[in-house]
Amino acid sequence: MIKAILIFNNHGKPRLSKFYEHYTEDTEQQIIRETFHLVSKRDENVCNFLEGGLLIGGSENKLIYRHYATLYFVFCVDSSESELGILDLIQVFVETLDKCFENVCELDLIFHMDKVHNILAEMVMGGMVLETNMSEIITQVEAQTKMEKSEAGIAGAPARAVSAVKNMNLPEMPKNINIGDISIKVPNLPSFK
Amino acid sequence: MTPSVRLQEMIRVIRSARTQGEERGIIQRECADIRAQFRQGDNGERSHSLAKLLYVHMLGYPAHFGQMECVRLIASPRYNEKRMGYLGAMMLLDEKQDASLLITNSIKNDLSHSSQYVQSLALCTLACMGSAEMCRDLASEIERLLRASNSYIKKKATLCAVHIIRKVPELAELFIPSARSLLSEKNHGVLHGAVVLITELCERNPDTLDQFRKAVPELVQIMKGLVTSSYSPEHNVAGISDPFLQVRILRLLRILGHNNDTASDAMNDLLAQVATNTDSSKTAGSAVLYETVLTIMDINSESGLRVLAVNILGRFLLNNDRNIRYISMTSLQKIVQTDHNAVQRHRGTIVDCLKDQDTSVKRRALELSLALVSAVNIRSMMKELLIFLSTCPLELRSQTASGIFNAAERYSPSKRWHIDTILHVLTTAGGDVRDETVPNLIQLISTASELHCYTVHKLYRALVKDISQQSLVQVACWCIGEYGDLLLKGECEEIEPVQVSEDDVLEALETVLQSHMSSPATRGFALTATMKLSTRITDNVDRIRSIVSIYGSCIDLELQQRAVEYNALFKKYDHMRAAVLERMPVIDKNSPGHTNGDTSGEIKEPDTSKPKPVEAGLLSEPVSQVCDLLDLLGGTDTPLQPNPAPTSTSTATSSADLLDLLGGLEPTPVPSVTVYEKNGLSLKMQCDKQTETDITVTLIASNSTQSDITNFTLQAAVPKSVQLQMKAPSGNVIPAHGLGQVTQTILLNNPNKVSLKMRVRVSYSNQGAVHQDTVQIDSFPSPAWNGQPSISPL
Repeated sequence: MIKAILIFNNHGKPRLSKFYEHYTEDTEQQIIRETFHLVSKRDENVCNFLEGGLLIGGSENKLIYRHYATLYFVFCVDSSESELGILDLIQVFVETLDKCFENVCELDLIFHMDKVHNILAEMVMGGMVLETNMSEIITQVEAQTKMEKSEAGIAGAPARAVSAVKNMNLPEMPKNINIGDISIKVPNLPSFK
Repeated sequence: MTPSVRLQEMIRVIRSARTQGEERGIIQRECADIRAQFRQGDNGERSHSLAKLLYVHMLGYPAHFGQMECVRLIASPRYNEKRMGYLGAMMLLDEKQDASLLITNSIKNDLSHSSQYVQSLALCTLACMGSAEMCRDLASEIERLLRASNSYIKKKATLCAVHIIRKVPELAELFIPSARSLLSEKNHGVLHGAVVLITELCERNPDTLDQFRKAVPELVQIMKGLVTSSYSPEHNVAGISDPFLQVRILRLLRILGHNNDTASDAMNDLLAQVATNTDSSKTAGSAVLYETVLTIMDINSESGLRVLAVNILGRFLLNNDRNIRYISMTSLQKIVQTDHNAVQRHRGTIVDCLKDQDTSVKRRALELSLALVSAVNIRSMMKELLIFLSTCPLELRSQTASGIFNAAERYSPSKRWHIDTILHVLTTAGGDVRDETVPNLIQLISTASELHCYTVHKLYRALVKDISQQSLVQVACWCIGEYGDLLLKGECEEIEPVQVSEDDVLEALETVLQSHMSSPATRGFALTATMKLSTRITDNVDRIRSIVSIYGSCIDLELQQRAVEYNALFKKYDHMRAAVLERMPVIDKNSPGHTNGDTSGEIKEPDTSKPKPVEAGLLSEPVSQVCDLLDLLGGTDTPLQPNPAPTSTSTATSSADLLDLLGGLEPTPVPSVTVYEKNGLSLKMQCDKQTETDITVTLIASNSTQSDITNFTLQAAVPKSVQLQMKAPSGNVIPAHGLGQVTQTILLNNPNKVSLKMRVRVSYSNQGAVHQDTVQIDSFPSPAWNGQPSISPL
């Protein structure tokens, strides 16, 4: 069972924290700090497995982590999970984020925390691995986003307009669309689809 | 605007805060805003506020006032709000809050919603934070969904069922039929969930396990399909087709095949196929291979397969990727108990891993190395372990030290090697050893009597070099006190002779006494050692006197007490000083005085001034003289030799109570029991001088025939762990008509306290005929209660 999934940056600021076992708020913050201490001390070329810190279950639980640029992705698991499998799962998770956010970077995670949670909910449920097929996950996430948008009502008009423009096949696309205080980065689209 | 935009605004503002205080201020304002929002009721902005609250919660600020809002949002008909509400419920609520019960009804309604996404939200939340009550209420709904046609929902319902079973194990039977039928699904997601569900069911209940054994052929089929299938882009990870599912199925097969021959047979081919065909160059392949190895080792597989598995592990050990090395050592740890020899072959590689830079790998290598130590490889392994101890990271030190001690105790080839090893550990890592080390080492040194000279020289040198390691200093002080005369003699064949003068020794002890680094216990050791030296040296007794009297006004109560008592020894009881400070007897490992002690040498102290073993009848005068002196001293005039004469060793250590000792001194007369009577020869046995482990048995032979018995010899045999020492008989001719007797004393030492039996063979000549007979004595009378020994003639 996966006990917790944590994403934090090189300075220890949490970008995502999901606990599948109940801890008090203080304990959760302490766990994040403790995990950061343990993981940041590691060298670049050592193995990706660590014994868990005291707060999160000590030596029965393992921390399996991967370091991507400025972010640490840490999964705290117990002995019933295959360690190498979880390493692969982290990879699949990051690739999914990449597909959903288009070249994901830390800022995307910061500003779209709820979306990251939704993607994660499609992959891991109740501490157990739900789906590992990337295309399946992305399909579901997109369907749900569509549902959300369709409900948005009048207030969602600007967003709908923007996505309509995005889906148009224009030979030339402006790099940035500025509507009021929304600034949207336009992705590169192939000309014929 | 979607909730994200509002959230983004706030996040931007928070991030622009330059100090922690500023951030706190901003967040307080935002929280006040959010609270006002919640109070206002429904105006389409609630989900935005909750999103902001969740962000604030992630940063670590209190967010409990949002709990009721989650409940309200979940009940809303709009998907946006429901989604945010469920997310909030997963993050803020848990089974201990009362609010969680309120959402049970909403979840129930949503489970039958028309939109599959709403259903999935409800399932997700239930699986994450469902309490036992909620699970009970909703279990039947989940079971219904398990049979739904939509694979998206089925997959989620399966994992939800796993959560329910974990919370409420009694509901497991509800899900068994559906679980079985789920195995025929094509969708990998559902299949994966089904395997997890079946694994959970089997782990909980052995009967279910039997039921699911019938599913083994089906599982084997599925695996074969995965392994041999052609490239399918959806499930492919680095060339392996859905490794996650493969790993799960292998794990389930492991549980089903454990201890069951039929199931194991069905799997053998498959496992061989997977083991040989899987490409292990990437992590995914290694994961599958690793799981296969674990399964092979755990079921009743054939030996060829096991050899294959261990070889695969060996290959992993040599892999460059540290992750794989770590994993293989973890699995070797699991099988080292059962397939010890197979793992021994890889000992070299494992020992090399001790030098790896990675702490995790080092830790694994250490555990494995300690498990691999055996009598054969003890010397080379110990060399490696000692090198490791001097370079290992701090958190592994105490584990290494205790592992080395255990290994040394079990497999040490010689006493000198053992003592050397322990000294080495104490000098390198003395601060990290456990407390029992000091008494253990002292006991070991005292038993190795031929090495006293060598040991004390070594310890003295170590002491002079460095007095910071408390355990080492304590042992060194004790030895110098005990064997100081050997130290001063200067000659010792095993190391180069160094002339140590009395001043040097006293200097060293004084340094220990005065140093800041010495703990109070260590000071106690040093003071007593100084005192003991007063009988072993000749010139500087005055110096010792002055040291002792200085400490008579020491602030530390323990030291002061000792110093005052030693002073008294010098003044009033000088005639007894030599006897009191004599060499200690060999400490018996199991005696109470040995094991009671904590490291604060306090137990050691009463021991030296303990009443020395009192032979029968020698006590009266000296005992009464000293009885008034603080109950601690009660010496005798008879000096004690370290050679273990069984009668004298044990009483010194067996009682801490003076009265007990006085009580045990009158030997209660032991009746003699006839153990053999035949042909006029009768053999009587008398047991006396008994302690916990030593018995003195006297056999008295008498002759009631008409003629003398000549060439009378007795032979005795005892169980293996008992030591026997036969003293010379008083003669070998027994005069006739009961006119004389032959007595022979046998000393028995029974350290392991096994039940004592003795077989005695008598052989003699009587009237020209040679007789031989054997008698077995099965039980010996216990110390104070003189029962009759039981005898069985053979």
